[in-house]
Amino acid sequence: MIGALTLLLLCQLAGELLARLSGLPVPGPVLGLVLLFVLCAARGAMPEALRETAQTILRHLSLLFVPAGVGVMVHAARIESEWLAIAVALLASAVLTIAVTAVVFQWVARWSDAGKGAP
Amino acid sequence: MMPRFGDAWVYLSATPLLWLTATLAAYVAAFWLYQRAGQNPLVNPVAVSVAVLVAVLVASGTDYQTYFDGAQFVHFLLGPATVAIAVPLHLNFAVVRRNLLPMAAALLAGSITAAASVVGIAYALGASKETLLSLAPKSVTAPIAMGISEQIGGVPSLTAVLVILTGITGAMIAKPVLNLLGIREWPARGFAVGLTAHGIGTARAFQVNDVAGTFAGIAMGLNGLATAFLVPLLAALLA
Repeated sequence: MIGALTLLLLCQLAGELLARLSGLPVPGPVLGLVLLFVLCAARGAMPEALRETAQTILRHLSLLFVPAGVGVMVHAARIESEWLAIAVALLASAVLTIAVTAVVFQWVARWSDAGKGAP
Repeated sequence: MMPRFGDAWVYLSATPLLWLTATLAAYVAAFWLYQRAGQNPLVNPVAVSVAVLVAVLVASGTDYQTYFDGAQFVHFLLGPATVAIAVPLHLNFAVVRRNLLPMAAALLAGSITAAASVVGIAYALGASKETLLSLAPKSVTAPIAMGISEQIGGVPSLTAVLVILTGITGAMIAKPVLNLLGIREWPARGFAVGLTAHGIGTARAFQVNDVAGTFAGIAMGLNGLATAFLVPLLAALLA
């Protein structure tokens, strides 16, 4: 558990360093993700402790958004003055994004399955 | 009794312990309510926790900075949690590889739709430039979105709020929209929810179905990467 947590933090730290040094437009934790994935792929087997720790953190992912969400109180004035634009844009964009993503996914999946002769 | 409670309040409200505990307690209560409601997407645990905490903070006259001094310990875990997505990505790599083509196509279509539609609609409705730039990365998980927002001249803390509102909205509307479109396969359903509603959608997807959750987690990770490249590029073109 502690070892796995250390590995996650090390990957994040290396990712942050890499992002700063290279000037890539990608946040540090994302480069950390790529780094950990490469490490796992190179090693082949997944250490049990890492799997458990990662799954524990990801299972409670929604908790981690609460502190930032409470920040809505800081931006209350802006959200109030632009509420219609923000509300309509967020809702319509969410519906559009879900619909476009799912339809394209399903359409390409069927098309490529058909190409392989699968049912 | 009252003066002593007042002293205790002055002491406690200045330590991180109080608001860290309040954050966890609010979430535990909200999650209990969500379970009791049969995991109804409208009783989203993040939405309920945030509403309860904001009410308590406003009622007790506590500012956000004081609250965040305690809650930052939870917030900090977003970074390691992002790195941890590498684990389900690696574990499910076989399924992922089988669906590489549909995923690549859906990722491209979805990440462009997410950023372009929200900016386009908000612009048409007269949103300010700062709000537009803060809105652009709203479908991406918070730590990545805040980094993108900072880079293109948005307000990172506003982006965090918009990201969470997007996550809650996406988790609420996913089921009716996908059912209406007749999308039944879990990979497609999960991928769409994760791409649109990042971690909050992924948490919701994992509660409904494991395969959906895995694909949601992958979509969240991939969309984080894709948007981190795409949005700064779009912003540079528009500027």
